[in-house]
Amino acid sequence: MSKNTLATGLVCLAAVLVTSVFVWLLTDLVMHGLPRLSGPFFVEASQNAGRSGGIAPIIVSTALILLVAIVTSAPLGLATAVLLSEFTRPGSLFGRLVRRSLDVLAGVPSIVFGLFGNAFFCLYLGLGFSILSGGLTLACMVLPLLIRTAEQGLQAAPNDYRLAAAALGMSRSAALTHLLLPAAMPALVAALLLAIGRAGAETAALVFTSGYVDRMPDSLLDSGRALSVHIYDLSMNVAGGDANASASALVLIGLLLIINTIAMSLAKQWRIVTL
Amino acid sequence: MSLMTNTKKDNPGAAYTLGPLQAGPPCCVPEPLIQVDNLSLHYGAKPALAKVSLDIYKGCITALIGPSGCGKTSFLSVLNRLTDMIPDCRVSGHVYFDNKDLRHPTLDVQALRRDIGMIFQKPVPFPLSIRRNIELPLREHGMNKAADLNARVQQVLQDVGLWEEVKDRLEAPAQALSGGQQQRLCIARALALRPQVLLMDEPCSALDPIASGVVEDLIQRLRGQYTVVIVTHNLAQARRIANYAGFFWVKERAGCLIEFGQSKQIFEAPVHELTAAYVQGKRG
Repeated sequence: MSKNTLATGLVCLAAVLVTSVFVWLLTDLVMHGLPRLSGPFFVEASQNAGRSGGIAPIIVSTALILLVAIVTSAPLGLATAVLLSEFTRPGSLFGRLVRRSLDVLAGVPSIVFGLFGNAFFCLYLGLGFSILSGGLTLACMVLPLLIRTAEQGLQAAPNDYRLAAAALGMSRSAALTHLLLPAAMPALVAALLLAIGRAGAETAALVFTSGYVDRMPDSLLDSGRALSVHIYDLSMNVAGGDANASASALVLIGLLLIINTIAMSLAKQWRIVTL
Repeated sequence: MSLMTNTKKDNPGAAYTLGPLQAGPPCCVPEPLIQVDNLSLHYGAKPALAKVSLDIYKGCITALIGPSGCGKTSFLSVLNRLTDMIPDCRVSGHVYFDNKDLRHPTLDVQALRRDIGMIFQKPVPFPLSIRRNIELPLREHGMNKAADLNARVQQVLQDVGLWEEVKDRLEAPAQALSGGQQQRLCIARALALRPQVLLMDEPCSALDPIASGVVEDLIQRLRGQYTVVIVTHNLAQARRIANYAGFFWVKERAGCLIEFGQSKQIFEAPVHELTAAYVQGKRG
């Protein structure tokens, strides 16, 4: 057996191992969860601590938490990315400081964000255990990811556009809005998508901020249980909740897949239009 | 309008039709429009240009020749302050444009760049339609009426001989044009701002010989109405189109202006032996 065949075999084995873990996980979830998935599961409230009933309030809470997180972090993230990429000289102290802080923030465990959110949003700002607190905590958590991805997208926009626009006497902000942001749009969409994915899968940061209450929320100041928290609670704290936990996990994976697919196809379309 | 019909009548069989752009009188009385005095430029600690002094004459074509890396492009970038955008770039010396200090810190740089346009080596059409490419900078400078914009778009496209080729597909993406068409579109986009000076950084070097010839003809037509400063590695081209020529060479690791004068003199009776060797193709 030649070295090449051996190497190919090892690489293939690695690929099969990685794929099989995912397939195993998915099969397990489908086997336990699929029988529970039905129309009523999506529209009914959960009963008996989640052992029976559906996940309608959970889905609504999750959507609201994600909405708060994205609405607050997207403008802030985009503005910071623009500042770093277009209005900061490369190698400046300010730029280095902001980037380093973001990299450190990106490495902070999510449970620490949860504790920070609890201390700052729930207690100090008096928002209590609420969807608003949870969403804002998630916003803080995804900001580094959002900013660095968007910044890279902007920096990948051709420098020729900046020079040509400047040579035509156009202001930097005009070049930004008419040329650079459209050119970076696929990357910005991808950044937003990554942020939604990260936020949607988060559990630890929400346990201390948006709480456990599985009722349908009346307002953003109500506590609301996110899907991931629901799955965690059912599988860890509720005996006999495994089937519903699997079904909920299946829903979460399905949602993330749908968001991913939509965003990817959007980014693809945009690229075709611009080139 | 009458001018346009005349031009069309004059060249019925031409592959491209040049618009009402009329060559002005040859510059027999040299009148300096840009005066460069003792200009030096550094990138960080590295010198790129050392003590360059020359005058750019109004309505003439000035060609800058010399080997790569001798600061010709840096020189052009000083003239429209594009050097402002390069970090660590230091400029010293004096540059006067129309008797105003071009390097004055309070000078309106955007207005200056409208007066002194620039064409790059590689055509840079924006990822927009042909029409929007020309309209975007015009709108930025406050021209908003559709009728004015349409008239200006048609006029500059005719000026660069592109109108007949694209008039039916103005909404098509500009990046779908051929290289030569893209470069002419970029020239049209610069002309739309009615500049006094056009700086051209090897505008033909990325084009095939036929497209290059079309752009060269166009540059010839700009003489008189516009002041053109062109960097070129094509000595034959410089000889054909330039009224004045400047020869740059690297001395002590910085670009220097070795000789400047009327193009005929530089190419036929150069004073400096380096110039003679370069224009005869012995060096460089």
